[in-house]
Amino acid sequence: MHYYLDFEQPVAELERRIEDLRRLSDGRDINLTAEIKRLEKKAKELRTEIFSSLTPWQKTLLARHPERPYTEDYIHFLFTDFLEMHGDRRFSDDPAVVAGIGRFEDAPVVVIGHQKGRGTKERIIRNFGQPHPEGYRKALRVMKFAEHFRMPIITFIDTPGAFPGIGAEERGQGEAIATNLLEMSKLKTPIIVVVIGEGGSGGALALGVGDRVFMLEHSVYSVIAPEGCAAILWKKNDREVGPDDYAKAADALKLTAADLRKFGVIDGIIEEPLGGAHRDPKVAADAIAVIIRESLQELIKTPIPNLLDERYARLRAVGSFTERMD
Amino acid sequence: MPWFKKDRAIKVTSKKAKVPEGLWVKCDGCKEIIYKKEVEKNLKVCPKCNYHFRISSRERIALLSDNNTFEEMDAKLSSKDPLGFKSVTSYRDKLKESMANTGLNEAVISGKAEIDGIPVILVVMDFFFMGGSMGSVVGEKITRAAEMAVVESLPLIIVCSSGGARMQEGILSLMQMAKTSAAIGRLKDAGMPYISILSDPTFGGVTASFAMLGDIIIAEPKSLVGFAGQRVIEQTIKQQLPNDFQRAEFLLGHGMIDMIVDRKHMKETLTRLLRLLQ
Ligand SMILES: [Zn+2]
Repeated sequence: MHYYLDFEQPVAELERRIEDLRRLSDGRDINLTAEIKRLEKKAKELRTEIFSSLTPWQKTLLARHPERPYTEDYIHFLFTDFLEMHGDRRFSDDPAVVAGIGRFEDAPVVVIGHQKGRGTKERIIRNFGQPHPEGYRKALRVMKFAEHFRMPIITFIDTPGAFPGIGAEERGQGEAIATNLLEMSKLKTPIIVVVIGEGGSGGALALGVGDRVFMLEHSVYSVIAPEGCAAILWKKNDREVGPDDYAKAADALKLTAADLRKFGVIDGIIEEPLGGAHRDPKVAADAIAVIIRESLQELIKTPIPNLLDERYARLRAVGSFTERMD
Repeated sequence: MPWFKKDRAIKVTSKKAKVPEGLWVKCDGCKEIIYKKEVEKNLKVCPKCNYHFRISSRERIALLSDNNTFEEMDAKLSSKDPLGFKSVTSYRDKLKESMANTGLNEAVISGKAEIDGIPVILVVMDFFFMGGSMGSVVGEKITRAAEMAVVESLPLIIVCSSGGARMQEGILSLMQMAKTSAAIGRLKDAGMPYISILSDPTFGGVTASFAMLGDIIIAEPKSLVGFAGQRVIEQTIKQQLPNDFQRAEFLLGHGMIDMIVDRKHMKETLTRLLRLLQ
């Protein structure tokens, strides 16, 4: 039984009917089999139609879908021999960030990603994928490990944002993120970044500086969540902002993979199976594998000084302004 | 030596709403009503509780650099509207309004200056221009300033004051965090010192990038400095925040900054640091 978002309801109804018919069918009733086939075709068409014209807000909801594959799911499909590493050697171990070593098609690599929890209990343990400073410091420690042992780094981005809390501020959330940005810009090993779900602001970017940056088709990446943006910019007197305002903010923020591709912030968009990555995580993982393979082949050939110059140039180029000449 | 003499080359516009109009001002620190002239004479610091009022970038430059030494760089950079951003108001209108109100082009001024005769690159953010928010222009000017400091072998000083990244430029604003941090990284590799001065308030994407990357980090007394805003934290954890939460003194206590320096001693402190680093 799948979890359906509001805009999937038409297709959900069809799929429920298909399920019912399947239960009735023993495979020998030709009429029933034909009816199931007909409905399946219809469901696929409907799904294609719905998913070809998702609004930015719908994509945001899809990126947060409770069944969406998380970092650990992709680690399972993409890497062998994975061993998780723990702790920042400063304060503690942050379960909102997963880091470790493994093999990508035989080559040892370091993998780091935000990890949301599945189910209430794990969600709380993982703090809904919102890291504390120690999460970023663990990530940096493991990235330095990768640099030291000359392993490429692959990061998966999927967070609502860095955690806003007292302990996080006491231990320097800002400093932890800033240090990662600085250090990642000059880490002497290739870095490939894949946004798999929510790219929530600075807390996402703190694992997101790399030589190649990709987004899954239905992931989002934004300076602020649509809800936060709406609360600040769409707030009208005495009226609470609601989903309509979130949708407007999501439109205005230009946070989809297609938008970021247009701005030149990412290198490519990774296609998801029909209905989103959660409908077939293996297919989504295979598509990511293709991109990692291609990127690694290019990047490991690049001499480190060139790699770092290109990484700097790529960061340097982002922005839009005019400069008057007079 | 007069610390706060108004420099003729640096005009302080009176339009700015740093301190409410009228003869009296209410201090945000002690909530007392104080004679405005007295506050202004005291470098805009409350004579009763030492609360440091927010000041404009022009005032800050006058306060920190030697008379007539500040030469502005990259003054002709201005923001575009890459997203075509429109909420209740449009980003374009908001920019025009901020320019008119402040007489500034953007939320940061950068340039070469001398501090007690020592040449430096001085960058000052201005909270009165759209809350000092960092969009493409702010990111580009900070980056260029850091690169200039490398080229000219000069120390870099940035006075921070910002609500964070500028929402209206979306992902491009967010990416300025990585861009400025990378530029500071190159400055560090080149061995040039970077002094970050945190003034009230410094938050979000600015805290989580160049603000917290100083070789030396100084804050003005009682400045609010943090990553997440207090309202967001309260809503998330549903707890009352400690009294001094995110104040400069709180940061010092948690090992996040090097020192707290009163406005009247800031230039002198910078001078001493710069001489030690020469
Ligand atoms: Zn006071």
